Amino acid sequence: MTSSPQPPAPGSSGSGPSADQIAIAPPADHGAGKLSLLQQIALLRAWLFLAALILGFEIWARADFGGTFLFNPFNVQSIAIFAVVPLLLAAGQTFVIISAGIDLSLGFIMGLAAVVAAHTVNWAGGFMSPPMAVVMGVCAAIAVATIPGLINGLLVARLKVPPFIGTLGMFGVCRGAAFLLANGTTVPVRNSALSAIGNGRFMNVPYIVIIAVVFVLILHYLLSQTRFGQHNYAIGANEQAARRAGIDVKGHLTKLYVLSAVCAGLAGFLYTARFSAGAAQAGEPLLLDSVAAVVIGGASLFGGSGTILGTVAGALVIAVIQYGLVFLNVKPFWQFISVGVVIIISVLIDQAQRNYGGGRQSE
Amino acid sequence: MSEPLLEVRHLSKNFGAVQALQDVSLAVAPGEVVALAGDNGAGKTTLIKAISGVYRPSSGEILLKGQPVDFGSPQEAREQGIETIYQDLALADNLSIGANIFLGREPMRRAFGFLPVLDRRKMAEAAKETMALLDFHVNRMEAPVSNFSGGQRQAVAIGRAVYWNAQILIMDEPTAALGVPEQRKVISLIHQLKAQGRGVIFISHNLQDIFAVSDRIVVLRRGVAAGERRIAETTHDEVVKLMVGG
Repeated sequence: MTSSPQPPAPGSSGSGPSADQIAIAPPADHGAGKLSLLQQIALLRAWLFLAALILGFEIWARADFGGTFLFNPFNVQSIAIFAVVPLLLAAGQTFVIISAGIDLSLGFIMGLAAVVAAHTVNWAGGFMSPPMAVVMGVCAAIAVATIPGLINGLLVARLKVPPFIGTLGMFGVCRGAAFLLANGTTVPVRNSALSAIGNGRFMNVPYIVIIAVVFVLILHYLLSQTRFGQHNYAIGANEQAARRAGIDVKGHLTKLYVLSAVCAGLAGFLYTARFSAGAAQAGEPLLLDSVAAVVIGGASLFGGSGTILGTVAGALVIAVIQYGLVFLNVKPFWQFISVGVVIIISVLIDQAQRNYGGGRQSE
Repeated sequence: MSEPLLEVRHLSKNFGAVQALQDVSLAVAPGEVVALAGDNGAGKTTLIKAISGVYRPSSGEILLKGQPVDFGSPQEAREQGIETIYQDLALADNLSIGANIFLGREPMRRAFGFLPVLDRRKMAEAAKETMALLDFHVNRMEAPVSNFSGGQRQAVAIGRAVYWNAQILIMDEPTAALGVPEQRKVISLIHQLKAQGRGVIFISHNLQDIFAVSDRIVVLRRGVAAGERRIAETTHDEVVKLMVGG
């Protein structure tokens, strides 16, 4: 090699390479193997937990009344439909949380979009064919969602407002706007095409499930295979490093909050389609569920880690707990307790991993 | 001495009424390591920030391979081959070595002939080759850099500069946060860079490191050049005297 340097060569002669190899390489490789395994477990743990949960409910159902939980197609379908809207919010939230932020406004952006979609479909239905009116409704829902998303992005990226505060403000603004537009009530929709989307099926799979799956796959691609996704992880881990590497951090964060708002906009539209009505409070209980799904899915609230596939598992865990307890005739209040306990356990596992697996980070 | 890679001539920088640097000159030849020493507030950081495009000099000029340059941003300086390696390591700890080397400039390929996706294989291979160039061998290219020790991560930061063909590497206290064996590893990395004909500006408080690796030392004191010595012709005592004055 060309690496034999000039006379003063302490690094490469004598004490150099061999001593360094012994001193540095072995412990690091050892650590690498250990952490990598832990990370794989993190990736899998939500899915394992989901499997264990379903198994538990199955045993419970058989023991309790000799029925089946999982092998009842109605149950599977109900859980899938039930999970769609929270999943979309959680998928958008995943991006934000990986960037070390949080978007508290998603629930009411969704409500706002649901109300706007309902109004738009009603209005456009007056002079358009029902399917065209629905197309207008989707566009309106997503368009209206981008406005608070853009404001969130500008607040966080340009004005350096902490995400928690900026999006909390937007939470209030969207909440008020949604109730004002809905005039304080739900907005019913009469449109045959909309209820066909909301309740129809293709080969026994509900349309809204198909729409959500396609959209979530696109988000998975965006996060795991593109520069946008890669930069999102980098910003979440070390914003300064990302900036120094020439990444347009401000532009990225702005797009990021628009993206999460668009997810909420689509969720709002699907809500309106499913219930043939737009409601301002549609997403209110779903905001914390979205954060919970992301955390159960293996993401860290400190940023830098998380996956869409993990979040899918997290959203399914919540949906299975909520639906399963109802199915098993448990008082609904136990849902809150169970989901709460699962969140705490997930965070504890995440912290344990940080302490035992990623110890070098604190150096 | 061959033509200098980098030459700083009569550089001054003031922030309002505060004169941070006054008439400082400096040259770095290919394969040369120049140490920059001085007490806190002596102007070391201001000088390297002027060279790396963070600050615009108030007066004076910077020449790269004989051509005057004027950097509006660190990006411009980097495009011309001047890379700064920061003390606190500009790495994303959760990403692999390859992803860090390519951070902000990720290579893409087309999956199924149409879908653009990150070319992770290319990143891993380039990372492996680059790190081998620095005599640093890792097998687990997909592991996040948080798994590696301080010296190894310093090597990743240097590897990034090397991969993007930096001709001048500015290293701000590269050994400050490291244990002794790790410091030795970084010193040997600097020797590798030197052997490859790159120029290195090395900032350190540690005179032992400076004497182990540098060819020349430039001492700053309160914004002015207090002296310049060839390492072979000076001693610790003399350098300390230059630093503190008197």
